Amino acid sequence: METVTLTIKSQPVLFLEADNITPDVFAGKSAADIASLHAYEGRDQITLGKYFDVAGKAGATAADTKIVVKGDVSRVKYIGMKMSAGEILVEKSADMYVGGWMQGGKLTVKGNVDAFAGLGMQNGELIIEGNAGNYLGAAYRGDWRGMQAGVIRVKGNAGSDIGTFMNGGTIIVEGNVDVHVGTHAEGGKIIVKGNGKSKIGGQMVEGEIYVFGTIDVMMPGYKYIEDVDLEVDGVKGKFALYHGDLGERHPKRKGQIVYGKLYQKI
Amino acid sequence: MTKSVTDVICPFCGTLCDDLEVVVSDDGKTIVDVYNACAIGAEKFMHAQASGRVTRPRMQQPDGSYKEVSYDEAVEYTAQMLAKSKKPLMYGWSSTSCEAQSVGHEIAEQVGAIVDNTATVCHGTTLLAVQDVGIPSCTLGEVKNRADRIIFWGCNPCHAHPRHMSRYSIFPRGFFTNKGHKNRKMIVVDPRNTDTAKMADIHFQIEQGRDYELLSALRVALRKEVLPDTVAGVPKEKIYEAAELLTSGRFGIIFFGMGVTQTLSKNHNIDEAIMLTKDLNEFTKFSIMAMRGHYNVTGSGQVLGWQFGYPFCVDLSRGFARYNPGETSSNDLLRRGEVDAVFVLGSDPGAHFPISSVKKISELPSVAVDPHITPTTEVAKLHVPVAFVGVEVGGNCYRMDNVPIDARKVVDPPEGVLTDEEFLTRVNKRVKELMEA
Repeated sequence: METVTLTIKSQPVLFLEADNITPDVFAGKSAADIASLHAYEGRDQITLGKYFDVAGKAGATAADTKIVVKGDVSRVKYIGMKMSAGEILVEKSADMYVGGWMQGGKLTVKGNVDAFAGLGMQNGELIIEGNAGNYLGAAYRGDWRGMQAGVIRVKGNAGSDIGTFMNGGTIIVEGNVDVHVGTHAEGGKIIVKGNGKSKIGGQMVEGEIYVFGTIDVMMPGYKYIEDVDLEVDGVKGKFALYHGDLGERHPKRKGQIVYGKLYQKI
Repeated sequence: MTKSVTDVICPFCGTLCDDLEVVVSDDGKTIVDVYNACAIGAEKFMHAQASGRVTRPRMQQPDGSYKEVSYDEAVEYTAQMLAKSKKPLMYGWSSTSCEAQSVGHEIAEQVGAIVDNTATVCHGTTLLAVQDVGIPSCTLGEVKNRADRIIFWGCNPCHAHPRHMSRYSIFPRGFFTNKGHKNRKMIVVDPRNTDTAKMADIHFQIEQGRDYELLSALRVALRKEVLPDTVAGVPKEKIYEAAELLTSGRFGIIFFGMGVTQTLSKNHNIDEAIMLTKDLNEFTKFSIMAMRGHYNVTGSGQVLGWQFGYPFCVDLSRGFARYNPGETSSNDLLRRGEVDAVFVLGSDPGAHFPISSVKKISELPSVAVDPHITPTTEVAKLHVPVAFVGVEVGGNCYRMDNVPIDARKVVDPPEGVLTDEEFLTRVNKRVKELMEA
């Protein structure tokens, strides 16, 4: 696997839209080719070379390409957008849309990310070692297809509206989350190892939510069913199972109504 | 002798009353009196006559004083600012005509601006919910003639839309509601005991920020499922009763305002309210409508919608329309430092935005186009006074139920004062020259 290293030289005045920073676009290109790829700062089209020093070269395909982004890129959006294979390592914090519409490969951010990370994610692995913002793994505005598959792991806390319209895949937040978890979800699994606040699983049709810590206010449409012993992300424990959201429509399968499942650790 | 102008449209709130009578002096230059309007609407007309009105553009000087400049200089400054900027914010648009909005959008397209209207701090969340789940709505005429179950959720029309209840929702005697308010059941959901709440048959004084839970609970009740003992501070018996009351009506409507759109859960509150409306349609006819604030904020959404496909927060910086409130919304842009110039027309962000955003406006090159002196014109580098739409110039406006109504001119603007549309047309021409150069 070949490695391309991008080191930010100076901070953009406005935010930089760098949707070309993906293994798919870099594949088969030399450092000079990569430096001449375009990015946007407001309405100005600029080159990546204006803000980044590019070293190394890309592999022949996306799968053979690893990108290391060095320096503070907290004013750079769309890193890893639509990437399908290969690897990206961001050594500090990044801005919005990290791994948006990601289709495969592995993206690691050592710092924090802002909102809309893993938006409409279709597959792959997204690891955020710091905190994530709002709308993690959610659907793009108006889309009824949120996260489809893949894994998002956040080692810190996450914001509100995570996993909105989620259809599949797994989101693991090791810290706490803000309001609205898995709203409108029709599948997938969300694991919150810290505390939740309120509006957890509102309007959920199908899917699973696990909360290890406290829930401030339970949605009224969740009904206690039973206690179950489970192993969730390597942690064994007893969980209280709730079915819901009873205010929402639910499909029938094999004569049984399918509910969203909310597990709270006891 | 005075003369009376009838069927005047009121350019204040989204109710867009169309039955005002304005008495003007014989020479047609001054407004003497306004009939049929609410106190706020009448004041809007009388204010146009106020002494000390600014009638020429003013440029703020480094020491905070103002220097009068000509409209030509104001056009040049505005055009230069927009043409030089990489990502200007063009905000407001809710207190002007659709014709002026359209010219503004042409400028925005040329300079790659972000066009956002007051919905961003108002009913923008409603628009997000509508995009997610659709909306079963109706016109205010249908409410007047048919509705017998009226819900006001997080809104206070007594003060914000003073003639709404007398013209459309509670008191009028309509075709199928010939006993007026005696035909209707009024439910108010509000944590505060407002003047609207005092009139209600049922007032749910809920815990703050628990609207989402109560809306969800009503849906649970409609499905005859079990509820916890209390939801949002309301006992479950009351919720089952309310569900029964709603389903027993012939035609129901939910009106909602800032109390649900801008409190915890925001768009999800509206999403759930729309889904409740859909569920209620299994039992009877039900509709839902946003209590839009500015008289033409609905029009701004309409014009942006048919021109760019999105009703607010439209980012044209890359030459095509993009939209994602949270990123392309005015306060997020200002707070994060994503824009490098601000143009405001037909709104007062200085009074309504958080102080962190207003500070950013004051630090950036900025132009405010507004007939009044407002907190925004005080922080903007250039203040361009214009004629009052609906008083001194006509133009198309949309009522809160998306019905277009042509506003009328009643008197002439002060000598030499341009209208929004005239000023924007001149800026547009100059921007075109600068961008082509």
